[in-house]
Amino acid sequence: MILSILAHTPIPRDLPLPLPLPEGLLKALLVVFFLVHILFVNLTVGGSILVAIFEGLGFRKRRYDLLALEIAKTVTVNKSLAVVMGIGPLLCINLVYTVEWYGANALTGHAWLLIIPLITLAFLLAYLHKYTWHRWESGGWKIGHWAIVLASTLLFLCIPFVFLANINLMLFPSEWEKVKGFFSSLRIGNVFPRYLHFLLASVALSGLAGAGWFWKATVVEKIPGFRRDELRRMFYRVAMWATGLQFIAGPILLFTLPGVGVTPLLYKIILPSAALGLCLWYALWKKVKGSDGNLSTGFFPIVCFFSVVVLGMGSGRHAYREAALASHQSQVRERSEDYQKQLEAWNTAHPEDAESDAETPEQLFATCAACHAPDQRLVGPSLKEIAVIYAGNPDGIVTWATAPGKKRPDYPPMPAFAHLGEEKLRTIADYILATAPK
Amino acid sequence: MDFPSYYLDHIAGGRLIIGLIASIHVLINHPLAVGAYPILTFMEWWAHKHHRPDIDQLAYKITFVVFIVTTTIGAMTGVGIWLSTSLFAPFGIGSLLRVFFFGWFAEWLVFISEVCLIMWWFLSWKKADTPEKKRKHIKIGIALSIMSWLTMALIVAVLGFMMNTGDWSQSRAFIDAMTAPLYLPQLGFRTAFAFMTGAVFVWFCTGFFTKKNPQARYWVIEKLSHVTIVSLIFVFFFGIWYWSRIPEAMRANQAVALLSQGFSGWLGKFHSLLMWTVATFLVIGVGGWIVPRLIPRWALLIPTFMGIWLLGHFERAREFMRKPWVIAEYMYSNGIRKDELRFLQSEGMLTHATYVKHRKVTAENRIEAGQDVFMISCSRCHSTTGINGVLDKFTLMYGPGDWNADGMVSFLGTMHKTSTFMPPFPGNRAEKEALVAYILDLRKTRKPLEGAQTEGIRIPETQTSH
Repeated sequence: MILSILAHTPIPRDLPLPLPLPEGLLKALLVVFFLVHILFVNLTVGGSILVAIFEGLGFRKRRYDLLALEIAKTVTVNKSLAVVMGIGPLLCINLVYTVEWYGANALTGHAWLLIIPLITLAFLLAYLHKYTWHRWESGGWKIGHWAIVLASTLLFLCIPFVFLANINLMLFPSEWEKVKGFFSSLRIGNVFPRYLHFLLASVALSGLAGAGWFWKATVVEKIPGFRRDELRRMFYRVAMWATGLQFIAGPILLFTLPGVGVTPLLYKIILPSAALGLCLWYALWKKVKGSDGNLSTGFFPIVCFFSVVVLGMGSGRHAYREAALASHQSQVRERSEDYQKQLEAWNTAHPEDAESDAETPEQLFATCAACHAPDQRLVGPSLKEIAVIYAGNPDGIVTWATAPGKKRPDYPPMPAFAHLGEEKLRTIADYILATAPK
Repeated sequence: MDFPSYYLDHIAGGRLIIGLIASIHVLINHPLAVGAYPILTFMEWWAHKHHRPDIDQLAYKITFVVFIVTTTIGAMTGVGIWLSTSLFAPFGIGSLLRVFFFGWFAEWLVFISEVCLIMWWFLSWKKADTPEKKRKHIKIGIALSIMSWLTMALIVAVLGFMMNTGDWSQSRAFIDAMTAPLYLPQLGFRTAFAFMTGAVFVWFCTGFFTKKNPQARYWVIEKLSHVTIVSLIFVFFFGIWYWSRIPEAMRANQAVALLSQGFSGWLGKFHSLLMWTVATFLVIGVGGWIVPRLIPRWALLIPTFMGIWLLGHFERAREFMRKPWVIAEYMYSNGIRKDELRFLQSEGMLTHATYVKHRKVTAENRIEAGQDVFMISCSRCHSTTGINGVLDKFTLMYGPGDWNADGMVSFLGTMHKTSTFMPPFPGNRAEKEALVAYILDLRKTRKPLEGAQTEGIRIPETQTSH
């Protein structure tokens, strides 16, 4: 059984160019760059969700509308950073997981390409939403305005599936044979638990960011109706709930991971991180339930705590990826090296010069033979016809072949052969005149 | 190529899609970013110096347009070039990334600062309400202008490299890739082009925002007409310089492309397009300088259209001249490397391929194997029945009647000598025959061919990893 599965795992050849940096360094950079990227993605997605909710609440209570606007202003900034910070991890993943990553991209090709127009649309909607806030403020306009953020949020919620599908699919080349398009790729591995985990992280992070951002006096003064400790408590609560739910989503994610990459190392990274996460949750709970005076301190330690948990989760992901792909990568390496060896041996045994020097008139004429047959019209006229036109005039053939044109209305034009050089063309011309049937 | 083939029947190798995304990107990046940022910064500075809040307001409004477009369509099409090339030519982009890692990495850092600066510049514009803050704000604009030019300067190195690898082919060193012979003329051409079109873009926008303030409009038009005139001179000279370097560059690759009919056609068209474009910009520039009142806004669309046409041709010709290579003298446009060509011609491409149904051509599997041969060696440029379809190409040669299979096999062996933009056939005789069998069958059935994104991968029943 296992053998038959292995037999159907594609083991492609890697590109033979060396990596520009040591592999380990590239992988470390991948983890770090990716976390920076996902931070802004989280803030964009989570922020967008919060804007949609608060603007909805704003229909009843205006202060929520003002709050929504202030969050919306951050979303359009974070989305730009999410894109630009995405290039670094993409660069690294392209390099270290070339065959797995590009393979997954191709298998989800349509969806992968659709990312571009979909994200562009989501961004344009986000701008439209932000810059029409004071213009489309009443009655039906306001509902339309709200609909815009619902649409962009929906897009922001859908697009991560494409990335997750690729990140997930690249881990399981042995499953690739089952994949027929993007939607079927969602059945491989555990895309949906990953998505849930991602979504909660987005909300938790946006809650935490809100607790920091809305502490600033210059921001809070734009939202009359809210005190800043009130805002901080509310955003802490958002972060607390989302973090708490991770204790359901996290185990689901862990236990639905295909066994191929689950190692003791993974548990050694994930469990302490989860324990830290629990402490984080407790710290958030203390803030939410504590007195107002309690709120003014402790934000920075919580952020540090959060960063450590995130770094742990990011490292856990990487440990899983490494273990899941270890055997595939070593087989790919082996096959690539083997191919390279065979290739070099063959090239040594068959030096190039030996062949090109030995080009006989007949071999040279092969270029022409695809279109010119001895006795019948193929693409161009037959040799018999040519020999009549150029009888005793091989140079005429050379001149024509160097810069031909279109002579006959019912024939396609002949391409130029100047690149063969006069000498070879002359050889061919002599050969044509000598061998053409009379 | 040894990757699953993303393939769109009817559209073929994705040149259309990559080209479309890349053209949109360039047509936004050059005028709106590289060209417009410095012009708008200049307007802000001038307004500050001469106490002209109306000009400052105008610069702000145009910056808003630039900000929205560049941070959405502009940025995303930039990423889109990458995503689309990694689908259609993973071997090419994958190799370029390994060679050009530090170039791309540096470009990334510059791009980060560009994005941060445009957001900072635009979003803090109205907060700069004291002379000191304004001076600082203008400096952000200057930094932004420099960064956006730098991103282009780095990327152009990659484009130049694909056409001529210079000393890299021997040294494999990054710095040699950066200094390939086409670099400076191409960068100069693009910079001048960006200023020329950026000026006309700002001019065009000005019309919308100065309906009540003709004074400001004439001021802007006069200044911009100077920018247009000066930069068009550089467009002209860099264009000529670039084009004169190409034969030399291509000769280093392959003497073939230079002399082919195709090339001389491209060259002639570029020359006349360059002349006409420069001429229309000149008319507009001189008109704006002498009689700014008499230039209607729609008239600006003419040079704009010509500029788009010129740049489009420039990019298409650049892509055309690169052929048959994706990386000159190293890798063909179907992903086969130069050093493995003769090996595959002797051993067969299927023997060493991964994503194929059959490793060896037999009498029974000829058509199926031929489909894999098509996918590996042809599908990056040709479709079956659609754009640049193989059936159309053979119909041009052999007409609507019966096709001679032996003639076709013989053609496959020498097509790279007759159609010099095509790579040599990277397989053995049995594979040529299989391909011909597939094409003849396709001619009968016109069966659509699906890529890996729909059909999934094809791998042999018994795959051994050697």
